[in-house]
Amino acid sequence: MSVTILFWSVTLAQFFLAAAALCCGARLFKGPRAQDRVLALDALYVCAMLLLITFGIRTGSTLYFEAALVISLLGFVSTSALAKFLMRGEVIE
Amino acid sequence: MSHAAELPLWAALLVAFLLLLGAGLTLLGAIGLLRLESFYKRVHSPTLGTTWGTGGILLASMLFFSIVESRPVLHELLIAVFVTVTTPVTLMLLARAALFRDRTEKNPEVPTFAAVVERSCEVVARGMNNDEAAEG
Repeated sequence: MSVTILFWSVTLAQFFLAAAALCCGARLFKGPRAQDRVLALDALYVCAMLLLITFGIRTGSTLYFEAALVISLLGFVSTSALAKFLMRGEVIE
Repeated sequence: MSHAAELPLWAALLVAFLLLLGAGLTLLGAIGLLRLESFYKRVHSPTLGTTWGTGGILLASMLFFSIVESRPVLHELLIAVFVTVTTPVTLMLLARAALFRDRTEKNPEVPTFAAVVERSCEVVARGMNNDEAAEG
């Protein structure tokens, strides 16, 4: 019983997260200006991280946790570097 | 998913609820990102996914692994703290960059720096007048 509940809830959660990633991808593609694309990329990083954690629950292995941690770190660094680039025209002054 | 066979029913229900809460809020934020009309409105909506979206899914993962491995598994807290600390920083950097770009292009939709200063001076002057009226 609990396996069935867990299986379907994880599947539905993954479906939701994939739909969220698609929305972010559409904004990344459409975004009228550069800051919209950077924002969509940041949201896409978060969606990918959450998707990896749900994969961890599905397979029961903690291996996915490290990947999720690395993705969240990379998301922070890349978004702040891109914001700095939009502000000043160069990343390292 | 045979590793979840020994999970009690209440834990499975709680994990399912937290997972669906987190994923649903993330989806809501992403739909807002797609549908809201200006950048300054859109910058708010993905934070649904980085607050309770992340929180719900990380709580579900912590609960699930703690019960399956029958020991406290708390390393998801690391991601939670990191995301909570970094999201406001990046989004404020991004919003400031967007404001700077809009102002240098003289976009009429954002107030100019002079207009903001003028309005805040008016507010301060009005507050001082109110104080004098209250005292006198």
